[in-house]
Amino acid sequence: MDLTSLYTDIVFEHDKRPLHAGLREPYEAEVHHVNPTCGDEITLRVHLAGDPEDPRIEDVSYDATGCAMSRASASTMSDLVIGRTLREIEPVSAHMDAVMHARGREEGDEALLGDAVALVGASKFPNRVKCVLMSWKALHAAVIEAGGPVDGAAA
Amino acid sequence: MPAPQAPTAVAPLDVAAIRGDFPILDRMLDGTTPLVYLDSGATSQRPRQVIDAEVDFLTRDNAAVKRGAHRLAEAATDAYEGARDRIAAFVGVARPEQIAFTKNATEALNVLALALGDPTAPEHLRVREGDEILVTEMEHHANLVPWQELARRTGATLRWIPLGEDFRLDLSGLESLLTERTKVLALTHQSNVLGTVNPVAELAAKAHAVGAVVVLDACQSVPHMPIDLPALGVDAAAFSGHKMLGPTGIGVLWGAGELLEQLPPVLTGGSMIETVTMERTTFAEPPARFEAGTPPISQAVGLAAACDYLEALGMENVAAHELELTRRAIEGLEQLPGVRIIGPALDAERAGAVSFDLAGRHPHDVGQVLDARGVEVRVGHHCAWPLHRRYGLAGTTRATFSVYTTPAEVDALVEGMGAVIDFFARFE
Repeated sequence: MDLTSLYTDIVFEHDKRPLHAGLREPYEAEVHHVNPTCGDEITLRVHLAGDPEDPRIEDVSYDATGCAMSRASASTMSDLVIGRTLREIEPVSAHMDAVMHARGREEGDEALLGDAVALVGASKFPNRVKCVLMSWKALHAAVIEAGGPVDGAAA
Repeated sequence: MPAPQAPTAVAPLDVAAIRGDFPILDRMLDGTTPLVYLDSGATSQRPRQVIDAEVDFLTRDNAAVKRGAHRLAEAATDAYEGARDRIAAFVGVARPEQIAFTKNATEALNVLALALGDPTAPEHLRVREGDEILVTEMEHHANLVPWQELARRTGATLRWIPLGEDFRLDLSGLESLLTERTKVLALTHQSNVLGTVNPVAELAAKAHAVGAVVVLDACQSVPHMPIDLPALGVDAAAFSGHKMLGPTGIGVLWGAGELLEQLPPVLTGGSMIETVTMERTTFAEPPARFEAGTPPISQAVGLAAACDYLEALGMENVAAHELELTRRAIEGLEQLPGVRIIGPALDAERAGAVSFDLAGRHPHDVGQVLDARGVEVRVGHHCAWPLHRRYGLAGTTRATFSVYTTPAEVDALVEGMGAVIDFFARFE
């Protein structure tokens, strides 16, 4: 079994020095998600601003414990979405969700996913898909809780 | 009760011959990587003798049990009740009617918790508001959550014996935890994470002194050491088929003395009744009272065959074999930089579950690299999340053994952990 598609330098760069980590003010919603099979946890806050019809994600802050994949995912996800509107990130999160459920049959689009494309290798390992998607699901839940349009964000 | 047997000399298992009985052990992963199965604590593999027993039953005698007068129904009932006798004898139980079959050990523990909280339970057993239920901090969720729920339903208080730094129960505060208010003590015989074997007989005696019912989770002890349930002094026990070379879909609930006779049923329907009218029902005697619906018939037959298989090996020999593997694993793993064993030192009160932490690495990542080498271990909290929280761990990596595990497989784990360390070092 080839582990090099799963573990890459980019994954470990984000694992060691996660971007936007730590919980910050202000925020409109805070969610706590767990992966009950392995005990991974993320507390995630979202701060929305701008046009109520298409709010912009001013900040995503989080505290994550878990495997390298889950921590790298929280780091790359936050870096992808901060500063963008929910409509802008909708195709990004939809693509992430699609490629992560494709069992390795689909390439990630680096133009859309940025560094998160390094996590697409985990889609070949069914028990790791949830590690990667936990932070995206937390973002989705937080955006809804913050009052963002339901069809706007994340998987 | 049968006379105690004279201790027999421990004989080494013929593991090569044993492995010949387990077809799955020849399986290659990815076509080329030999399987190194070190997750028998989660579920054990099954020998041909168990698989064949189920196939023979299904191809000769299969029918619904305890209903119908035809010959096939009689043959199936004989096989099912014969399996009960066999399984009872395996754990030292002289009265097979003290054993009820459930879906799994989790169901058996839930049945006990539900019955003890039922308003029709006899007064001396019934858990109600103001009572206390005592568990331990090392419990598997299966022997924790049902008691939490019993406390929630009844208004009783859940308390627990804490874990110490030595990975054993800290009994220093037991006098304030185990009191006249304690109605139930529920504990595991052997931790599925730490390998710690608890002083069950001692704790059961103390619990009985305050009038508490003692419930034992024997899932991790019955498959791995000689067990005489009545001799442990507990009132009830649960264990599962699939962890002792038997089938999934069957668990065992044992109640000492007249315990099951005193408890109301919690699952109701066919096969557990005495008389039924449109208004009300009276219930059958145990064990039928606790076996509503069609029971796991072929699974019981398979589990009886597993008991035959284990008994032919000798449970003293099985225990000695697994203790030697445990020693080898601990001694090998301890040599590796950053590896810390999460469990007590090797001695008489420890058995074969070897959990460990690798500094700076999440167990999921450790397990992924081991899996690439064919070394199949369990990672995470192993359904004992509070235990891991107690030690500040998100999870551990766990190796568990069975009769077919070889020293070479333990060495493959240790070498694999060396490779894990090297693999992640390149990203430093």
